[in-house]
Amino acid sequence: MSSYNNTARFSEARRVAIFGGTHGNEMSGVTLVNLWTKNGAEIQRKAVEAVPFITNPKAVEKCTRYVDTDLNRAFTPENLSTRLTPSDECGNNLPYEVLRAQEINRIFGPKGSPEAYDVIFDLHNTTSNMGCTLILESSKDYFNLQMMNYIKLVENLFYLQMNHLIVFFYAGLEVGPQPQGVLRSNIFEAMRVILKHALDFIELFNEGVEFPPCTVEVFRVLERIDYPRDANGNIIAMVHPNLQDCDWEPLNPGDPMFQTFDGKTIHYQGSGTVYPTFINEAAYYEKQQAFITTRRETLVARRLCRGSSPANF
Amino acid sequence: MTARTSSVLLFVCLYNKKRESNIQLTPSFFFSWKQMESVSFPLLSRVAICGGTHGNEMTGVYMMRHLQKEKIDKIGSVSVSTVLSNPRAVEVCRRYVETDLNRCFTEALLNSPVTDSTPYELRRAQELNAQIGPKGSKEAVDLLIDIHNTTSNMGLCLIFYSIDWFTLHILKYLQSKMTSVEVRAIQLDIPISEAYSLESVGKHGFAIEVGPQPNGVVRADIYNMVKEAVDHVFSWLQEFNSGSTFEEGEVEAYTLVKSIDYPRNPVTGEITAAIHSQLQDNDFKLLQRGDPIFLSFSGETVKNRAAAIICRGKDMRAR
Repeated sequence: MSSYNNTARFSEARRVAIFGGTHGNEMSGVTLVNLWTKNGAEIQRKAVEAVPFITNPKAVEKCTRYVDTDLNRAFTPENLSTRLTPSDECGNNLPYEVLRAQEINRIFGPKGSPEAYDVIFDLHNTTSNMGCTLILESSKDYFNLQMMNYIKLVENLFYLQMNHLIVFFYAGLEVGPQPQGVLRSNIFEAMRVILKHALDFIELFNEGVEFPPCTVEVFRVLERIDYPRDANGNIIAMVHPNLQDCDWEPLNPGDPMFQTFDGKTIHYQGSGTVYPTFINEAAYYEKQQAFITTRRETLVARRLCRGSSPANF
Repeated sequence: MTARTSSVLLFVCLYNKKRESNIQLTPSFFFSWKQMESVSFPLLSRVAICGGTHGNEMTGVYMMRHLQKEKIDKIGSVSVSTVLSNPRAVEVCRRYVETDLNRCFTEALLNSPVTDSTPYELRRAQELNAQIGPKGSKEAVDLLIDIHNTTSNMGLCLIFYSIDWFTLHILKYLQSKMTSVEVRAIQLDIPISEAYSLESVGKHGFAIEVGPQPNGVVRADIYNMVKEAVDHVFSWLQEFNSGSTFEEGEVEAYTLVKSIDYPRNPVTGEITAAIHSQLQDNDFKLLQRGDPIFLSFSGETVKNRAAAIICRGKDMRAR
C-alpha cells in the first residue's frame, strides 16, 4: 500500500474467495457456498473472479464443527510449515484440519505473495444473539473499514476486532442467532445481502470510485470470561437470564452475570462498563468461554482509492 | 388415592423431531371421551427423571448432574432415580454416538439379543430397561419423566403415548400453576409395545420437551422453566399420594398427522429451500391454505396447498 495525503491506495481486488463450512454445522455459509458453486451468477462482478469454497468438507458431511481440531484455529505458522514425515515412528497423522489449513494456504495464499487472493470472506454462524457482525484483524485495515462503512449504509451491522491468526486479507462474517445444524431463512438472507453489498463495494472500488474518509465504530475485544466451574472442571452456573441475548449491550459492575443451578446470582465484578458479545455460544463451552468483553472504539478510515502501485493487500 | 377421569378433546398437529423434517399443522379429527365414573389408582412411589437421552440437549444434562451432585433420591414420599440416559453422547455433546437412543425402546428392540455388532445405544436401552423397567412389568417405575430440548419454538410441551390419566391430570395441573407459560401436550397414538421412546418404559410416563434452545447450549430461562415444571409435578404427586381427588375436566392435546420434509434436489438429496420466515417460530399456530411454508434458495415461495384448518367441531376432516 502506498499512502500520501492520508489516502490509502490499493491495487484492484481481482480475486475474491468466499469460504463456507469452516465449521461444518454453521449452515448459512455451507448453503450459500453450495448454492453459488452450482450457480455463481449472483456473486459475479465485472473484472472480479469470485470463488465459493467449502473449507472443511468432512465436517460439513458430518454436520459437526470439526473432525479432529478446529479449522479456524489451525492457521498457525507452526501448522502451516509442519510436514507429515513418512518415517514418523508413532505412525501419527496430522489432524485433518491441519492438512486442510495447509491446502487452503496453498490455494488461496499465502498472504503477501503474488498468487494470494485479494479478499477472503469467511462465513460463520453463532448461537449468540450477535446479529450481523464483521470481524476484522487490524485497526489500520482501511480497505475493510471502508467496505464495512459502505455495507453499514444499507444494513445494521456490528464490527468486532479480534486477533485471529489468519494469514489472508480476511473479512469474517458472523451472523446469529442460529442453532448449529439449523438453517434459518432470515439469517441466510441477511448473510446473502451483506455479501452482495460487499461485492458491489469491491466492484466500485475496482472501477476507480473514491471513498472519502469515514469513522467506524468498532468493539475491541478485551477478555474472555469462562463459566464458573467446580474443582472437577464442571460448569456450575449458566449465563444469567438478564445477560442472555444481550450481546452489544452495556454490562455494568454489579449487573447479574451468571445463575447457579440452584438459583443464586453471580454479579459482574469488573471495574468498568463493558460490552459483552458471543454470549452463550455453543461451541465455546469447550473453549472455556461464556462470553467475551469488549469496549467501544471509533476508528478512522482514510480516504480509499485504487492506486497504480503493484503492491497488493 | 383416587383420581377422576378427564374427558379429552384432541385435535391434531404434525410433529416430528428428525433434523431433516419439517412440521405441518393440520387438524384431522375431533375426539371426545365420554365421561366415566371416578377411577382409583395406587400410590405413585417410584419416579425416574431422565436427562441426556440426547447428549446435546443440555437442560436435562445439567439438571441430572445437579440432582446427582445434591444426591437427591427422595422428594417428599416419592423415591427418585435420576438418570443420565446416554453418558457417551453427553461426553461428546452429540445427539447420539451410533444410533438414536430414543428410538430403541420398542418391545422388539428391548428383547433383541446382544451381539458384537449391537450399537452402543441399543445396549444402553436394554441396561436402562433393566434398571428402571422392565417395560410392561410391575417392577417398572411408576412414573418416568424424560427431559428434552428442541431448537423449535415449541415452548413447554408434554409428549406421551396412551390416554394416560396421570399425564392428563399433571398437564392440567401444570397449566393451572404455570400461568405465564403455555403448556401444551402431544399424544402419540402408538401402542405401548411399539412405543419407541424412553418414557414408555415406566408404568406411566411422559417427555418434557422444551424449546427453543440450540443444541449444546444451556439457557437459564429454559432451565428455570423446566425446573419449575418438575417441581410442580412432584407437588402434584405429593397431593395425589396424600389422598387428594382431582376433579374431571377437559384438556386439549395435539396428535401427529404427517411429517413434511424439505424440498430436495431429486438427484443429490440436498435441500433446496429453507422454512419460510413466516412459518419459522410459529409452532402450534394455524396454517391456512395459501400460507407460505418454504422459501427456495432461488427466491420462490412454496405455499401450503392443503385445505384450510378448522379448529373445533364434529366434522374435522380436511376439505
